[in-house]
Amino acid sequence: MPAYIIRRLLYMIPIVFGVLLLTFLLFNVVGADQAVYRLAGNNPTPEILDDIRHELGYDKPLIFSIDSQFVTHVKKAVTFNFGKALDKEPIIDKLKNGVPYSLALTVPMFFGIVVTSVSLAILAAFYRGTWFDRIILLICVAGMSFPYLSYIIFGQYFIAYKYDLFQIYFSPQRSIWSNAALPILIGIVVGIGGNVRFYRTVMLDEINSGYIRTAFAKGLSTRVVLFKHLLKNAMIPIITNTVLTLPYLCLGSLLLESFFGIPGIGGITLDAIESRDFSVISTMTFIFSILFVIFNLISDVCYAFADPRISFD
Amino acid sequence: MNENIPLLSIRNLSTHFFVEEGVVKAVEDVSFDVAEGKTLAVVGESGCGKSVTALSVMGLVPESAGRVVDGQILFRGDDLLKKTESQMRRIRGNEIAMIFQEPMTSLNPVFTIGNQIVEAVKLHQGIKGEHAWSHAVEMLRKVGIADPARRVREYPHQMSGGMRQRVMIAMALCCWPSLLIADEPTTALDVTIQAQILELLRELQKQQNMSVMMITHDLGVAAENADDVAVVYASNIVETASVAAIFEEPLHPYTQGLLRSMPRLGQKMERLESIGGSVPNPLHFPQGCKFHPRCPIGVSDQRCRTQQPQLREVAPGRCAACFHAKGYGD
Ligand SMILES: Nc1ncnc2c1ncn2[C@@H]1O[C@H](COP(=O)(O)OP(=O)(O)O)[C@@H](O)[C@H]1O
Ligand SMILES: [Mg+2]
Repeated sequence: MPAYIIRRLLYMIPIVFGVLLLTFLLFNVVGADQAVYRLAGNNPTPEILDDIRHELGYDKPLIFSIDSQFVTHVKKAVTFNFGKALDKEPIIDKLKNGVPYSLALTVPMFFGIVVTSVSLAILAAFYRGTWFDRIILLICVAGMSFPYLSYIIFGQYFIAYKYDLFQIYFSPQRSIWSNAALPILIGIVVGIGGNVRFYRTVMLDEINSGYIRTAFAKGLSTRVVLFKHLLKNAMIPIITNTVLTLPYLCLGSLLLESFFGIPGIGGITLDAIESRDFSVISTMTFIFSILFVIFNLISDVCYAFADPRISFD
Repeated sequence: MNENIPLLSIRNLSTHFFVEEGVVKAVEDVSFDVAEGKTLAVVGESGCGKSVTALSVMGLVPESAGRVVDGQILFRGDDLLKKTESQMRRIRGNEIAMIFQEPMTSLNPVFTIGNQIVEAVKLHQGIKGEHAWSHAVEMLRKVGIADPARRVREYPHQMSGGMRQRVMIAMALCCWPSLLIADEPTTALDVTIQAQILELLRELQKQQNMSVMMITHDLGVAAENADDVAVVYASNIVETASVAAIFEEPLHPYTQGLLRSMPRLGQKMERLESIGGSVPNPLHFPQGCKFHPRCPIGVSDQRCRTQQPQLREVAPGRCAACFHAKGYGD
């Protein structure tokens, strides 16, 4: 097992290198001129443009040199020294400020979505064909049919403004949780619809299996049969689906952060896109790619824990 | 225990499934007894309602699809159908255990076999921790698994079909049940393994002094393992008798047909006859005796085609449901 994890970590090296190469192509080769013109203001003279190019290092050779742009790009990433944003604040400081907010939003959302949708799916599959199952399915389909924004507006207007149950908008005086509660709730409600439907089919595939019958024949309670025997057998598709839907989670929290004014990294990214701050965008792209690679690694390790038939070799 | 009352006594049991096309009468007015310490073989072709009968006894008929609509299931004189779910949970796996036809799918693939045995031991016996594990090892040894201390930590996929069925048996017997329901326990196994498993079951039955309800479609299995036989056809019992009596003189034409289609030792292999036709769909049972379309007598008999014969005592200790059975009368 440790050997397996080490091997998987080694596999990450070429992947990270690939990610670096791609972001390099995107931001240093394709987008370089854009960045330069962005900084130069209106009607720049060629001298100003050259100055900026020099400042940003775009006048250096692209790849084949000891201080080439690519080498600098890799160095920055490896040392977490991502340079400065347009507002002169070091990007790493922006990240340090934003990450706690984003985590406070996404981590509860993540677990909330997984736990709620898996539980609902198990119960719907067990009570398949009954009114309970139908109502759950109805709610899921209805939930999936509304766009994200309508939930945000509904939540802000009714739950927060009319009934005053939550904060409408971020305020630094309040605790991070009181600020994040409503967006978390909205994120979970939006996230479970599709998941429940998918997990329900997964559970239905398993629920008529022989081992479920055996478990009942042993005298186990329904709770143990469903949440131990059934659930562990459904782990593989659950893990896969969880990883596949992570980007949507990030996208969702991006929206939520910007609508609720939460200063997380989603907000930073959106601001950067709006102001075409290329170095911030490049950093974010890199970080999200790396996160995705790490989540894939974690899910592969989880597979091996979930199913003994998967070997580590 | 009273010697005279049977351990399990099923009275007029009917179990129906409610599907879109109508009502599937999977078990209809079925009555039979399993005596203390004895083996009853329930014999019949596939689709006759044997498994559903077993599931009815266990209280495991899938609620979403069907239910027991009538009858009594008396276990030591107590009607299981009147028990609450939590009372049934204390009986299942404890006093009445069940093993299934498909050893490949009956064990949970993601838990070690030890974990699965220990689960039942802890639940019913209140034995904890290491003691439960050593009991699991002991049970594996009992069912003839070599090196049980190592095997107990393995997963089902690391074992062959025959071994898995042994594990199922170990799991079923780990709480010393007084009744074991074995639903075609050897049908999915090849012949040599089949003989070993049946032998093992007989041995353990003697050791633990339990009753067995052995479901099979194979009269040969019944002949070697059972004391009594109940023959089912199309959701009904058509004949009950001791094994000796059934083989000596089968009374129902269906039983006679089953016997003729069974290979016998010491007899020159002629071509085996099989019963023509097939088991009727329980959604559309034929009028009259359900067997009449396949029966050499019934197919042309007016009464067989219009009236259904009830199961009736035709000789001491034997019942049959056929107008033409010896001793049936009118
Ligand atoms: N869950 C179910 N829903 C509908 N019909 C069922 C269900 N389970 C069993 N049946 C029907 O009940 C009848 C008896 O089945 P079964 O007891 O499994 O036969 P066997 O004698 O081969 O064990 C069959 O016709 C089968 O189609
Ligand atoms: Mg069956």
